[in-house]
Amino acid sequence: MSIRKVFVEIISYVLCVDYFCTAKNGYVMVRLFQFLFILGFLGMTSFAIAQHEGHSSEPVAHGEVSVEQPMHADSLAHASHDTAHAEEEFKIGEMIMHHISDAHQIHLGGSLYIPLPIIILHEGHLDVFSSSNFYSVNDHGELDYHDYKGYRNHHEMIEFVGENASHDAHGHKVMDFSITKSVFGMMLVIVLMIILFRSIANKYKRNAGKAPSGFQNMIEPFILFVRDDIALPSLGKKKAAQYTPFLLTVFFFIWMCNMLGLVPFLGGFNITGTLSITLVLAAIVFIITSVSGNKHYWGHIFWPPGVPGFVKVILVPIEFMSIFIKPCVLMIRLTANITAGHIIILAFVGLALMFGQQSPIAGYGVGVGSVLFMAFMYCLELLVAFLQAYVFTLLAALYFGDATQDHHHEHDHDHDHEMQHAH
Amino acid sequence: MEGLLSVSVGTVFWASVAFLCVLVIMKRMAWGPIMSSLKDREEGIASALRQADLAREEMSRLQSSNEELLREARNERDRILNEAKAMSDKMRNDAVSRSQEEANRIIAKSQAEIENQKQAAITDLKNQVAVLSVQLAEVLLKDSLTDDQKQKALNHSLIKEFGAN
Repeated sequence: MSIRKVFVEIISYVLCVDYFCTAKNGYVMVRLFQFLFILGFLGMTSFAIAQHEGHSSEPVAHGEVSVEQPMHADSLAHASHDTAHAEEEFKIGEMIMHHISDAHQIHLGGSLYIPLPIIILHEGHLDVFSSSNFYSVNDHGELDYHDYKGYRNHHEMIEFVGENASHDAHGHKVMDFSITKSVFGMMLVIVLMIILFRSIANKYKRNAGKAPSGFQNMIEPFILFVRDDIALPSLGKKKAAQYTPFLLTVFFFIWMCNMLGLVPFLGGFNITGTLSITLVLAAIVFIITSVSGNKHYWGHIFWPPGVPGFVKVILVPIEFMSIFIKPCVLMIRLTANITAGHIIILAFVGLALMFGQQSPIAGYGVGVGSVLFMAFMYCLELLVAFLQAYVFTLLAALYFGDATQDHHHEHDHDHDHEMQHAH
Repeated sequence: MEGLLSVSVGTVFWASVAFLCVLVIMKRMAWGPIMSSLKDREEGIASALRQADLAREEMSRLQSSNEELLREARNERDRILNEAKAMSDKMRNDAVSRSQEEANRIIAKSQAEIENQKQAAITDLKNQVAVLSVQLAEVLLKDSLTDDQKQKALNHSLIKEFGAN
């Protein structure tokens, strides 16, 4: 058995592809998984956040250490002293935030940083330079930030402070069109997607009339899954074909972004955990829903049929708000789930390091447990990566279905939607 | 938390551009050909299945007509066999009865011939017996008539024999 086959086997085993591929089992299994994981995540996320809050408040209490560095540091000497002091104490909250937040450079680990292009629109002119101008890597593999051309990287927010500004000077915000870590990751995913699906499309042309093989065979179940189990039931036969390309793109885009975030030693991309990116996805869903909304859809929102006048007064604002709430929920769900997954995995890393700070033995002891939990969480995250792509796509398809449904189909569709929304 | 929850205009811009690009590119380059070839293949499979069904039907139709033919042929064979058997039986019976008749005829003829011969032999024998008895009577008479005494005794006996009536 070749390595690729083993890989495919493992992936399909972890993702329970066989279950998902049969329509009836698929729905039941997906519901079940979703329910369990959302429950699990709520619990674990709150645990992780509680821990993070607990530890990030610590340095504030001590008052001297580096979270507050730019405000407290008066001189460079003091700052470097602070950095040296900070190195002794491991702060789990900072570590986690550092990994899940968007950044202007990719940290591969140790003192290995990949600079990314900074593109700034400030007072009508464009400044493009490498982000390596903002930092120098110190002996501990950490970044010492400094200003460049009057710009300052303040907690990954680019500000304009002017030349020779003091450390506590407050700059004003600039339009930052930089290729950040998340944008870079997204572009990487897009390039991968185009290469992958172009080769698959060519395979389809070459293999016309034959059974699928190779990578085509691995991806085809997912294409069929989106087409037959997401688009078709939600949109009906007539309209499904029109929306399937979008749904497929969204599904594979989100899935691959999620998966890229799980690849270790690649800088820990958190693409779908970046609010700006999920905002765009949700906005596109919102725009498509609104544009394709028919008379019936808008009628239901602004003049709900079959309810008395005073109920309409209550219902119409709720319905109107719901058209914005729905995409917002899409956005938040995706961001929160993916970020939560990253936080949990990082929390287990941090746990071992924290105990290691107390004594090496404790560190190694906790490390064993941490690694086991991390392995488990990684498996879950692989599943969640798929599930969140599925949930986003399914809900988008349902919103499109809502917006385009015909009047005479209303009854059974409504029933269907209630069931879909129930989980 | 600040970095996590903030929305950056630049990222939104790049995300919009990138996603719309990938949407257009994927739609034209990947989903179009993939969906159409999937559809073609599904239709191909459906039509192949339909054709297989038709072929199976045709096959079963052929098979039943074959069976019909076979049954007819078998019947024909049976009929011919029966006829032949009946014919041969009849012929054999005919032959048997004809030969029986012939035999009977021959037997009857032979019997008649035998009867004739027998009658002829009897007649011949009778004639010979008559001649012999005449001759014998002649001899006897000659002897008896030569002697008077004997002639008398003969007369007596003859009279006794015939004269009583």
